[in-house]
Amino acid sequence: MTEMTEKKPAKIVLRDLQDKIAQDAWDAKQRGEKVGWCASNFPQEITTAMGIPVVYPENMGAAVGAKGGGQRMCEYAEGMGYSNDLCSYSRINFAYTDLKHCEELEIPFPDFLLCCNNICNCMIKWYENLALELDIPLLLIDIPHLDAKTCDEDRVAYIRAQFDDCIRQLEEITGKKMDYDRLQEVMSISQRSSQAWLRAVGYMSAEPSPFSGFDIFNNMAVACVGRGTVEAAEAFEQLADEYEALVKEGQSTFKGEEKYRILFEGIACWSNLKFTYKTLQSRGINLTASVYGPAFSFLYSNLDELMAAYSYVPNSMCFESELKLRVDDAIRNKVDGAVFHMNRSCKHWSGNLYEMERQFREQTGVPTIVFDGDQSDPRCFSEAQYETRVDALTEIMEERKKEAAK
Amino acid sequence: MADIYTLGIDVGSTTSKCVILKNGSEIIASALIPAGTGTSGPGRALATALEQAGLSNEQLTAVTATGYGRNTYEGADFLVSELSAHALGAAALMPGVRTVIDIGGQDAKVLHINVDGKLESFLMNDKCAAGTGRFLEVMARVLEKDVTELAEMDAEATGTVNISSTCTVFAESEVISQLAKNVNLNDLVAGIHASVAVRTAGLTRRLGVTPPVGMTGGVARNAGVVRALEKELNTSITVSPLAQLAGAYGAALYGWNKRKENE
Repeated sequence: MTEMTEKKPAKIVLRDLQDKIAQDAWDAKQRGEKVGWCASNFPQEITTAMGIPVVYPENMGAAVGAKGGGQRMCEYAEGMGYSNDLCSYSRINFAYTDLKHCEELEIPFPDFLLCCNNICNCMIKWYENLALELDIPLLLIDIPHLDAKTCDEDRVAYIRAQFDDCIRQLEEITGKKMDYDRLQEVMSISQRSSQAWLRAVGYMSAEPSPFSGFDIFNNMAVACVGRGTVEAAEAFEQLADEYEALVKEGQSTFKGEEKYRILFEGIACWSNLKFTYKTLQSRGINLTASVYGPAFSFLYSNLDELMAAYSYVPNSMCFESELKLRVDDAIRNKVDGAVFHMNRSCKHWSGNLYEMERQFREQTGVPTIVFDGDQSDPRCFSEAQYETRVDALTEIMEERKKEAAK
Repeated sequence: MADIYTLGIDVGSTTSKCVILKNGSEIIASALIPAGTGTSGPGRALATALEQAGLSNEQLTAVTATGYGRNTYEGADFLVSELSAHALGAAALMPGVRTVIDIGGQDAKVLHINVDGKLESFLMNDKCAAGTGRFLEVMARVLEKDVTELAEMDAEATGTVNISSTCTVFAESEVISQLAKNVNLNDLVAGIHASVAVRTAGLTRRLGVTPPVGMTGGVARNAGVVRALEKELNTSITVSPLAQLAGAYGAALYGWNKRKENE
């Protein structure tokens, strides 16, 4: 009968895997194991190799936003005294820490915190606050902002010393020992996952792209939390194979004709995901470029290169490198336009967005729009303003297609 | 050959504007009603324009809706964003213009128009209402003036009272505190206009200032804002007497062009 069982599509496998990773953390907590809260770009190789369960407040913030609880949780945090200028993921997390309940999604409470500032430097303050409130240890790996094009030996040594010290401290906190053979194995698996993820998102350059680009926002969750597991590597390989097959058939999971291709810059508006997606999809606009493609691919062949890899993440790089990442992606994936999300939560992303948009527009020559929004606080988003900008972008792209066809 | 009439209706946030074009070139009727989407404004604008033109609804070949309320306006054959509509309208009203600054009731936008008069790129203000028509309305109310009186007051100013807040509500408080100090009202109005100009100039510079520069939208009728913007951008700005109708005019042209395409 096994042969008769239909294979689950990769997106279902990935969703199930995400659920399993979350359940594993709950089970570990139940068994009395130490569980951590972890920043999304923390070197997961450490915790995966040591068998230490961690959960991700950022992912919880996104999920709570997508399920409609963002405003309620943010307003609760503001009632506690937190400014509405703070990141909505952090506000949702502060509210959850105080309420110890969230109807949309819950994560087990932590015994320690793992912070890495390559995704966001403000996050250190968020985690310091949690450490104080919950009276638990905070372990920080400080990745210096990469103001040069490459990560030199001194930077590698600085990060490596913290990496080693973090392992030592985690051994003390959890009582679990690092097995360095297992670490090498996890590093290999992570490479498999990263390569497969890159291969999968690489198919966005096909015309039409084999998938609806907004799927990236869902699939990246496992790339973030589980890329050191064999199950994740296999799921991403399956995803890449599925996309490859669709490209060969000239098919796509995007609903309707892919008339226009865009780069979408920034974190999704989780609370307004359906509206932001539908407004584009109904006009035949597919997302075929996003920094999330390369963002969760950490490529290395040894420990020192691993340290460097965690420097080469979009929010940790210098502006010129960040810009190049977007421009290259847009050219490779043949975009007709670009949509820039002025994400009020993210100080890094919104801080350089206007200049990013200006230089991107000048270098690529494609039309762009900027809209106001937030990753998980729906109060910052206006449907009418978004729709007007998308309509105008569509009209410019349509006009240019007509001109090009002449 | 029978004459062709196309109508453009710009359903804005605070006003409704209508233009009827004969054969894609001659404006034979226009209407401006100070009531926007969700009010009787669009219907009244349409009725006024039709009456002025001596036409009935059935005699219109194409009706094109634009503006904030375009999607809810019933009876449109075509919809076009206000960005494209203003670009078309501005290019027709001010031939050769390359940069258009449009300040409406609740948004400000800067458009780049290519040599063929087509929209090339644009930027809009963020969610904040500072620097828009609504900002000026709020300030006029505080001064117990009508918004149409602001330009004349600005012309009489001998200085500029600095208004530093960009938030409409905070700027309102700032204006009130200046009133309490008995500052010269004309200088205060010049300061309000300067604050709009600084904000709009920032948006314009982000897109790039390609001369000649023109201005559309209701705020273009305020010569004080135009003067302040010219000073801020160090360039002259052309304003058409029909500036506030640019969106409706562009929509009527859009309908004409669509009709030609479909022939």
